[in-house]
Amino acid sequence: MPDHTRRPASTSTATSTATSTETAAVAGRRRLWRAFTRPQRGQVVVAVLLAAVGFAAVTQLRTTEADSSYAGLREQDLIDVLSGLAGTTQRTQAELRRLQDTRDDLQSDTQKRQAALTEASTQVDNLKIIAGLVPVTGPGIRIRIEEKTAEVNVDSFIDLIQELRTVGAEAIQINGEVRVVAQSYFEQAAGGLVVDGEVLEPPYVVEAIGDPDNLDAAVTFLHGPQYELENDGAAVVVTKATSLRITAVAAAE
Amino acid sequence: MIAALGLLVGIVLGLIFRPDVPVGLELYLPIAVVAALDAVFGGLRAYLDGIFDDKVFVVSFLSNVLIAAGIVYLGDKLGVGGQLSTGVIVVLGIRIFSNLAAIRRHLFHA
Repeated sequence: MPDHTRRPASTSTATSTATSTETAAVAGRRRLWRAFTRPQRGQVVVAVLLAAVGFAAVTQLRTTEADSSYAGLREQDLIDVLSGLAGTTQRTQAELRRLQDTRDDLQSDTQKRQAALTEASTQVDNLKIIAGLVPVTGPGIRIRIEEKTAEVNVDSFIDLIQELRTVGAEAIQINGEVRVVAQSYFEQAAGGLVVDGEVLEPPYVVEAIGDPDNLDAAVTFLHGPQYELENDGAAVVVTKATSLRITAVAAAE
Repeated sequence: MIAALGLLVGIVLGLIFRPDVPVGLELYLPIAVVAALDAVFGGLRAYLDGIFDDKVFVVSFLSNVLIAAGIVYLGDKLGVGGQLSTGVIVVLGIRIFSNLAAIRRHLFHA
């Protein structure tokens, strides 16, 4: 088909072409209009074919819309879809494994940290008890020392404390006021004892937490602290308790 | 007028009867529709050019449809159905575009 592009009618040779194009276009439109307004019998065949096209087009449109399955696909297309899905599955599974590994790593890491933390906090608790920074409750013995005929000798008193420590007394307090710790000191004073700078007056009550039987044995064995203190002229009463509460705390450094 | 009515009737019939495409024709109907569209636009262009002929239109319509479907069928048998149907669609698409360009020039002078 010749190209019907319109050219500017600037030259005499182009003018005739443009005019003929113009008339042809007008004639075409007029023909179309005439076909619409004055239909002829010859159009029937065209109408039948157009009806077939419309019918087929609508049918195909509906089929395409309704058919979301793979029924209309060729074998090769189905194979492509399948291998695509297989690839996706593989990639996804690899990703899944990687994420699971990461999760396991993180979990074991967390567990290790948790264990270390528990360990550390247990240690802190133990150290606090040993340092006498916190009140403690537990089974133990109470030793009541009453001066009868003479004052208690500080050496005997220190012997008592050392014996209690030797058998594993976890916490010791005297008269409910002074917590005995590693750096505690004892001094003889007028009318009593000075422990860690505090003046304690008789009767002295020493409370120690630990295994009551062991502690009791450590005090009452032959020529032990009880004997020494009674020798000094004091009355010593040892009572076992299933639950003692030691409230005195040593000042933190 | 009758032609436009025919198109309308076809569309309405398709909407009313909602036919199912036979499985054997499922691959060829879209190609056939595109080929038929090509023939229709070719016919419209010829009409506007004043060289329309009933017989030529009918023959070109039927042969277009049959050849397009036949090529795809052959392609399916040879194992290159997908590629061949793409090729047919491309060729028909180009023809439809050029026909529509000619029709546009006739109707809008542009």
